[in-house]
Amino acid sequence: MQSKILILRFPAEASQKPLVCNLARSFELTFNILHAQILPRKEGLMVLELSGTRENFRKGLAYLESEGIDVQNAGQEITRDESRCTHCGACTAVCPTAALYVHRPDMAVVFDQEKCSVCELCVPTCPTRAMCVTATKTEKFFE
Amino acid sequence: MGTFEVNKTYREINDRIASGRAVVVTAEEMIDIVENDGPVKAAQRVDVVTTGTFAPMCSSGAFINFGHAQPTIKASKTWFNGVPAYGGLAAVDCYIGATEPTEEDPLNKVYPGNFNYGGGHVIEDLVAGKTVHMRSEGYGTTCYPNRFFEKDLTLADLPQALLCNPRNGYQNYNCAINTTKKTIYTYMGTLKPRMGNANYCSAGALSPLMNDPCYRTIGLGTRIFLGGGVGYVTWWGTQHKPQAPRTEQGVPTTPAGTLFVMGDMKQMKPEWLRGASMRGYGCTLSLGLGIPIPILNEEMARFTGVKDSDIFTQVVDYAMDYPNGVSRSYGQVSYEELKSGSITVEGKVIPTVPLSSMVRAREVAFILKEWIERGKFFLGEPQFLLPGPS
Repeated sequence: MQSKILILRFPAEASQKPLVCNLARSFELTFNILHAQILPRKEGLMVLELSGTRENFRKGLAYLESEGIDVQNAGQEITRDESRCTHCGACTAVCPTAALYVHRPDMAVVFDQEKCSVCELCVPTCPTRAMCVTATKTEKFFE
Repeated sequence: MGTFEVNKTYREINDRIASGRAVVVTAEEMIDIVENDGPVKAAQRVDVVTTGTFAPMCSSGAFINFGHAQPTIKASKTWFNGVPAYGGLAAVDCYIGATEPTEEDPLNKVYPGNFNYGGGHVIEDLVAGKTVHMRSEGYGTTCYPNRFFEKDLTLADLPQALLCNPRNGYQNYNCAINTTKKTIYTYMGTLKPRMGNANYCSAGALSPLMNDPCYRTIGLGTRIFLGGGVGYVTWWGTQHKPQAPRTEQGVPTTPAGTLFVMGDMKQMKPEWLRGASMRGYGCTLSLGLGIPIPILNEEMARFTGVKDSDIFTQVVDYAMDYPNGVSRSYGQVSYEELKSGSITVEGKVIPTVPLSSMVRAREVAFILKEWIERGKFFLGEPQFLLPGPS
């Protein structure tokens, strides 16, 4: 099984197609829509948690690419600048997926990128601005 | 105060530090020692207990003298990287406060404001050796004719830069909740509606004043770890309130003692002075502070053996009560509960959120311990003690 949170960017011409439905029906992938938005020029943006077997996951992604969808791995969109993090814990108040949590008993603040839904709430909440929205690296993800 | 079985003086402890024989432990390490051996044996064995805290401390700032310009200026207004400093002092002296935002900051015009840069950030940048742009205006006098002066400078260019914090190291602090239906943004962090989280800000058993709760060893002249350098307690801090309610062990259950501290910024390190932005509230400075507690007798051993389960605070609503000056507690909780990750208030289990870094607090205590063990740091005997509970 593979489960990843993905950011899908739909060009205007693709936003009318039932792509997510096809992902579920043709590739037996389970989806959970975390965020969806149609932008003013009709392009779409969707944050999707997608789970399935490794093979189906790969096929599903290939299908999205063939439809002209830009797919990015959400888990790599928020990063922590370790030199700025003071392990105070303020971010854990707002993180909805517990990607940021306090490890006990040492009380260190852990950032688990795998669980991050890229809601970005931690970015303005972090007092020392350690949480950054960074450019996604997608090369490794599609290998 | 009665008579003690163990009696040590500052001088005896300092002599042991000088000869490398002093036994130094952190406040966390002291807990087990006192529990296993009892306070008398612990006092015989241990000479110094080091404490530490690292948290936002708004009543912080720096006195800066930036040297004379040619022609001379009476700088009545001064800005560092756009952050105003108070200039109502002698010609080229000023005070920059940690919570002062840049003059162009939109503040809370779009709520909640981000407060990205302020006085605390200027202090961090200076200590990090970064170049800071200074600009001054004067009204012009015969002795100080210059009306405008600006330059790029670093900490090394400043004749004096003195961190001078009128209130640091608060002995205990409220645990904040929000009882309304909307998220609020406070100096205690983001508080979700319907008691969605409970934020607290103390290092608990590692916190300096929790280990000397009645101020038996801390006063003017106590030498401390301040911002990575050596500083001093110079007075009791503003809002120092020794009469706060206390447990039988003397530990206050509401915010109580505070410290007025000073130190030379030129010795400090940027990892211990961090400009901070509290969303919707403003800028501040997160600061590392540590105090060595001399174990003069078994009473001090008992005090420094304090555990998180012995320290309590009040749960306060920051949406309705605090802003209206209403003094009401939603319950008393221990730091052991707070650090466990959740507390129960009015039957509801609420996740807890720390704002004070235990990781950094522990580091402060360890650095201070190492300084003392290596004979680099000696205890400062106070000229007088902070006012204590009667």
